Amino acid sequence: MPSTPAAPAAVSFQQVSKVYRSAGADLQALDQVTFDIAPGEFFGLLGPNGAGKTTLISILAGLAHASSGRVSVLGSDVAADYAQARRKLGVVPQELVFDPFFTVREALRFQSGYFGIRSNEGWIDELLAGLGLADKAGANMRQLSGGMKRRMLVAQALVHRPPVIVLDEPTAGVDVELRQTLWQFIAGLNRQGSTVLLTTHYLEEAEALCGRIAMLKQGRVIALERTSALLKRASAKVLRFKTDQPLPAALAAQARVTGRIVQLPLPDVAALERTLADLRAAGLQPEDIEISQADLEDVFLDLMRDTPTPSAAQPEPTEPLEELA
Amino acid sequence: MSGWQTLFYKEVLRFWKVGFQTVAAPVVTALLYLLIFGHVLQDHVQVFEGVAYTSFLLPGLIMMSVLQNAFANSSSSLIQSKVMGNLVFVLLTPLSHWAWFVAYVGSSIVRGLAVGLCVWLVTVWFVGFYMIYPLWILVFAVLGAGLLGALGVIAGLWADKFDQMAAFQNFLILPATFLSGVFYSIHSLPPFWQFVSHLNPFFYMIDGFRYGFFGQGDVSPWLSLAVLGAAWVVVGGLALHLLKSGYKLRH
Repeated sequence: MPSTPAAPAAVSFQQVSKVYRSAGADLQALDQVTFDIAPGEFFGLLGPNGAGKTTLISILAGLAHASSGRVSVLGSDVAADYAQARRKLGVVPQELVFDPFFTVREALRFQSGYFGIRSNEGWIDELLAGLGLADKAGANMRQLSGGMKRRMLVAQALVHRPPVIVLDEPTAGVDVELRQTLWQFIAGLNRQGSTVLLTTHYLEEAEALCGRIAMLKQGRVIALERTSALLKRASAKVLRFKTDQPLPAALAAQARVTGRIVQLPLPDVAALERTLADLRAAGLQPEDIEISQADLEDVFLDLMRDTPTPSAAQPEPTEPLEELA
Repeated sequence: MSGWQTLFYKEVLRFWKVGFQTVAAPVVTALLYLLIFGHVLQDHVQVFEGVAYTSFLLPGLIMMSVLQNAFANSSSSLIQSKVMGNLVFVLLTPLSHWAWFVAYVGSSIVRGLAVGLCVWLVTVWFVGFYMIYPLWILVFAVLGAGLLGALGVIAGLWADKFDQMAAFQNFLILPATFLSGVFYSIHSLPPFWQFVSHLNPFFYMIDGFRYGFFGQGDVSPWLSLAVLGAAWVVVGGLALHLLKSGYKLRH
């Protein structure tokens, strides 16, 4: 495709809001979300459960209507020009869904046909091989394991060779080996020019794969930066150790605990001395002590903790103006 | 194949893969009705001059099977793929509401006609061959199956769970088909129930269909065609509108 001076964004969200109306109370799922993803980017969309990630992707995919705002895929509006927009978009849904009536190959042929593609066997074979499903082509969808069904969702999203690929938590419940296969495949497509939009709960994946990241909290964008810039926000180091004992309350409040691994922020050297003294005083015997660089998860947790909740009890009248500015 | 043709073909293949349930079972049901009602009522009821009761019964039974199966096809396909979640694969495509409509209604017509044809082929040997106006038979079978296919689309979109779908089928479709003159001529009813029957669109579909077999019916086939056409405009229009607006599909 020849690049023009004003080439359209791969994905463009302009002041997208979504309100779910219900009898009890309206739920503002998205609030004036605005950002663009450039062609060829590997873009991460992060946020806790209920932040609005899936709603945003549903609007992009035409599975939901925005209450207001515009969304377009490579210049095609997802509402007014939905057919063109959907041709340019391949979506891997979050739910592990499948059609129990058909085989793997049948499902891929149908999916090609819906996009008006008559003969797609070459690409179907390539997809099956790339995703490690070649020997399952004739199997009924019901016979596939969870991981295979997940890979099949990826294949179904790619049958029409979309330039923009959306993956909604594609590695949830997927084993390590399969995750590697999947990422190699997707990273390969990205190198060949495909734009990738990824939501994931695995922040180390986002850190490793995504060049740029948007973070959502309660329907609003609270961070939109290059991944490297986000990581620089956490300039401080962290102290990491393992223990089986409970932490003293003062430390527990600021700790990030994963099983028996404890991580505490270290803004400066004095903090290191203070923390170690506190641990000694509490009678804790930490193992495998190390000082390391904070990762994306630390930045994420900081952001989620520090950013005021938009729907807090006291509404702030200046908020909409800030959003529009 | 183009997009709508693929969806149509997929929908036909879907019921064909479970043909015992979707084609053979309704044929057996119709056969049982014919044997039992035919046997019990053969000597007691004569509706049309010179036509045995079993022969009279057959077109009604065929049409009832056509209508019920056309409805079952689109409605059960939609509710199943909604509950399973795999409707998302179609929702993500550029297919228009017209493509959805043609594919779901078209495949319902195919299933309705397949069941009807099988019932006829199985029974014609011992009931006797009547076919005075084959074109009327075809017109009413296709339009009737299409109408119920469109109604199935509406029900399939509306229902959120299988229970609601069963209610639609058992409290609406089943009584309407049974009370439409399948087993009797409405002229044998008291005036009030004759009047009520005339309000039932299913009555016209079955009467018009039967007219094609015997050349006689309770009302003119043109009146039946007009009622069927009007029902088509209302039901087809509503189904298309729901598909276009994404009712219960795109939130």
